[in-house]
Amino acid sequence: MGSLKPVEASATDGGFFATRADALVNWGRKNSLWPMPLGLSCCGIELMAMLGPKFDLARFGAEAARFTPRQCDLLIVAGTLTWKMAEACRTIYDQMPDPKWVIAMGVCSSSGGMYDSYAVVQGVDMLMPVDVYVPGCPPRPDAVIDAIIKLQRKIERERPVKSLLAEPVRDDVWDEGHGGFLRQPNMGVSTHRSGEYVAADEGEEA
Amino acid sequence: MSGLGRLEGAFGGVEHVEVAAADGMPCVEVERDDLIALMTLLRDELGFEACTIVTAVDHFPREPRFQVVHQLLSLRHNDRVRVHCRVSEDDARVPSVTGLWPGAAYFEREAYDMFGLRFDGHADLKRLLMPEGYGHHPLRKDFPHQGIEPDRLYKEWDRARRHAAGSQG
Repeated sequence: MGSLKPVEASATDGGFFATRADALVNWGRKNSLWPMPLGLSCCGIELMAMLGPKFDLARFGAEAARFTPRQCDLLIVAGTLTWKMAEACRTIYDQMPDPKWVIAMGVCSSSGGMYDSYAVVQGVDMLMPVDVYVPGCPPRPDAVIDAIIKLQRKIERERPVKSLLAEPVRDDVWDEGHGGFLRQPNMGVSTHRSGEYVAADEGEEA
Repeated sequence: MSGLGRLEGAFGGVEHVEVAAADGMPCVEVERDDLIALMTLLRDELGFEACTIVTAVDHFPREPRFQVVHQLLSLRHNDRVRVHCRVSEDDARVPSVTGLWPGAAYFEREAYDMFGLRFDGHADLKRLLMPEGYGHHPLRKDFPHQGIEPDRLYKEWDRARRHAAGSQG
């Protein structure tokens, strides 16, 4: 995806930009991610360190953590998600406006981690599509910043304008072999517009 | 300190069996019907002001299956005592000690949640850790450690949520 290049020959002194709408939209989105910190256990402490002055997530434009999902577009699931908490987690995801992205921070939220247990969700992709998985127990703040940079690379490749004109595409598709949701290319528009929602377990029932 | 020490001979008319605990803590076993009488005596006569834990041990497949354990602490005498009480699976009921130590309410809720023991006289006996309506008791020995349908309640909730979202169009 092209970057924003100023055109030298300017009609006025102020100059102007020529770019593709996709590039402009993606540039704005990737540099102003607003994280929803869902700190569930020790990963939450590393998350705080990441937002603090030493690691300074503001360098990547994603420091505006808000504690209401209505104002966020990046859900960071930081820690061990229990089945008791799963409904709350999915509700937070549902309440976030599109487009939205998810980072599974740490092995617990990626796969259940060491908690091979009756109480723990074996990866948050059983509930929602995940964009970036971060290994570590807990991961260092650097690793999560790396995940945010990777997510920014991913956002650069999205096609928001094209998908506005096309039929909405579901971004979360249940994959039986994976045993969880797989993140389809995020088209940057609401996927629930059609009102249809494929059941996570419809395959089993059929 | 050997055995029950200062507790020796102080149990009045309450039937009990002295148990030699591996960790040396004074330890008695009583019948379920005598539990409250013994606990009242321990609190009022022997100065055990605090009930530090109420839990259980599952001896599956032996019968009686459950061993309810109360541990008491006396700050005044720097003394502890443990009280055992065996109950079978068919009649897994124990009198609640919340009338004596209100703080035991949470321990009893946890023991109810994890072992399925009913504490008679508990004002609000509901699950503490597992979701309400889970239907199984995870610390029982016959409970698989990966659980029995751990995602059932979530899936029910998810199905209702999807149904509501679909009907909105």
